[in-house]
Amino acid sequence: MFKNFLPYKILTLKNSLIKNLVIIMILIISLGLLYALFFSPPDYIQGDSVRIMYVHVPSSFISLGLFAIIGMISILNLTLKIKFIPLIAKSLAPIGFIFTLTSIVTGSLWGKPTWGIWWVWDARLTSMLILLLFYCLYIFVWKFVHNYEKANMISSIIGILGLLNLPVIKYSVDWWSTLHQPSSITLTSAPTIHYTMIIPLIIMFIGLSIFTLIVFLMRYKIELMKLKLKKNIK
Amino acid sequence: MLGKKAKPRIAFLIITLLILSLIIFLILKSLEENVVYFFSPTEIYNKPNISLDKKIRVGGLVKEKSLSKEGVSIKFIITDLKNEIIVSYKGLLPNLFSEGKGVIVQGKLKDKKYFIADTILAKHDENYMPPEVSEALKRTNN
Repeated sequence: MFKNFLPYKILTLKNSLIKNLVIIMILIISLGLLYALFFSPPDYIQGDSVRIMYVHVPSSFISLGLFAIIGMISILNLTLKIKFIPLIAKSLAPIGFIFTLTSIVTGSLWGKPTWGIWWVWDARLTSMLILLLFYCLYIFVWKFVHNYEKANMISSIIGILGLLNLPVIKYSVDWWSTLHQPSSITLTSAPTIHYTMIIPLIIMFIGLSIFTLIVFLMRYKIELMKLKLKKNIK
Repeated sequence: MLGKKAKPRIAFLIITLLILSLIIFLILKSLEENVVYFFSPTEIYNKPNISLDKKIRVGGLVKEKSLSKEGVSIKFIITDLKNEIIVSYKGLLPNLFSEGKGVIVQGKLKDKKYFIADTILAKHDENYMPPEVSEALKRTNN
């Protein structure tokens, strides 16, 4: 699988592949939204505001997942020093940032009608905000540090530090008492979400993951082209 | 596959990561009082010296049949099924507030059994289901 992300593979990537992915994504997300907004039932307590979950939960998953990849790439980068590897993380960061923001905003929109408040400083919400700041830092370093080696070094350190925040986010609802509810979907036990609500959740997750893949492939290809261009000029 | 230079770098990184996780663990441990968003009635009960002037949050379930309203002043009991605290509050309740459901109240303790709230937040649990399923569950439980 990793081989598919080697530079020569990406550089020879055809635009038609991306176009096909876009069509698949539109189909899946439309299906997911139709299911989420019209065919899935309202919740017995929350009513229709449960539908926010179909964007909120996949966004949160993806934002955590992408930073996990960025963190692991940062470790590989500092140890193995493979030239193109940081470009993968650099291309993923803005996507993760957007999804973290989406997760926080949709969560806030859900919190007001459910909890009675837009924002609280409990462990889950605060650690998620810290993730957003880590994404900001990571992106800023690449933007404002012009020396490539330096930017590469600093961003990797930020990536590794941010990695330590991920278990805190994941387990915050179990370790401490928080306003945010514990996870409904866990690896160890049956989900506490009714199946009519899990199906649209999974469809939306797949759709948004394909979106992530598309934006990543486009950004990563551009980054590789820039790298190649620099080498040619030298 | 690993170059000669890579091995010490990996060792260094692993040690740094371990130390950093330890530091974060210790920081969070020492801040536990602040990281915890609310206390349960039992935790309040077991606290030896509790300040009555400081704003705190207490969370638990609204005890069934404990809610009473007189105009805008509301009284109910928060329970964690071991200990209970009476809460008095003036104002609007969140929509999802109901007996038997989770709640977090913010305000000050008058004593260990009596709480004056200025904010009430409804806590949602991890269960999501359509109304029909909830009805069916209720019927089988009764």
